[in-house]
Amino acid sequence: MSAIAYRFAVNVTPKPGILDPQGRAVEASLGHLGIVGVSGVRVGRRIELTVEAASEEAARGVAGRLAAELLANPLIEAHEIVLLGSGAPGAR
Amino acid sequence: MTRIGVVVFPGSNCDTDTLHGLEVAGAEPVALWHEQASLDGVQAVVLPGGFAYGDYLRAGVIARFSPIMRSVSAFAAAGGLVLGICNGFQVLAEAGLVPGALLRNRGLRFLGRDVLISAERNDTAFTWLSGERRPLRMPVAHGEGCYFADDETLDQLERDGQVLFRYVHADGTRAGEVGDPANPNGSLRAIAGVMNAAGNVAGLMPHPERAAEAVLGSEDGLGILRSLVEATRRRAAEGIVPTVAGVVR
Repeated sequence: MSAIAYRFAVNVTPKPGILDPQGRAVEASLGHLGIVGVSGVRVGRRIELTVEAASEEAARGVAGRLAAELLANPLIEAHEIVLLGSGAPGAR
Repeated sequence: MTRIGVVVFPGSNCDTDTLHGLEVAGAEPVALWHEQASLDGVQAVVLPGGFAYGDYLRAGVIARFSPIMRSVSAFAAAGGLVLGICNGFQVLAEAGLVPGALLRNRGLRFLGRDVLISAERNDTAFTWLSGERRPLRMPVAHGEGCYFADDETLDQLERDGQVLFRYVHADGTRAGEVGDPANPNGSLRAIAGVMNAAGNVAGLMPHPERAAEAVLGSEDGLGILRSLVEATRRRAAEGIVPTVAGVVR
């Protein structure tokens, strides 16, 4: 069975209730732009990666392990894994 | 001679100061490169400050997976004394060797200035020679030092005596959490340092090695380094010599 390349985005965000000074700074700056009515700004990070695996399930498993052990700190951050696309290995 | 290792990661920048501080405190300091698995027979380990691996992704997280850290984890599990200072504290937290996490400073700024801390306990390997309970003055230099753990964990840490240092005012009273300059980064419950349940692994954000000689403006940090050195010496004299048995070389 040949492997398929799965492209994922891992979105990491501060968990609800966790202090997010970056988000607060962004929110505080909105007034300088003359923008009103924006709230709840949270700053996280997005990591994109390609996993070669036999199935989407297997690829998600690898991405999930990476996210839980390295990309996000489960004490303070939540993460979600989004499939961006898939194709033959080596293709970009 | 008491051999104490100082781990050097790419981006460590307090390693030389820490090696020197340990020497002043009476140890034979040994630099340990991050790519080696061997601890070269040291009797205790210090993770110094800096920006290990550029602090990419999150402070301390990449360092956690380095070969030396596998050995440090095994050494800690065997009861070996390990102290993390600043970035070293962040590495220990990411590795799960001490509880909690270090968030970005509440005030958003990188902070480099003197602070006052007080040891909550004077009966640990890291504080027993730090003198009578009084404020200790030493510098902080960090952007991500806001100590965080959930309320349940914080309660447990306080109950079990795992809070090692707190930020305090000049009169020794505990600093507040928000808007109190005495708590430089907004750490929850003004926590500046914690240790693991077994009491052999500790981390703190302030820099005792930068306050270990009168010429540096404060000697208050020397007691912390001497505590570690003398505790290590005593343990060795008692035949307690943890190793990294089981580590894959």
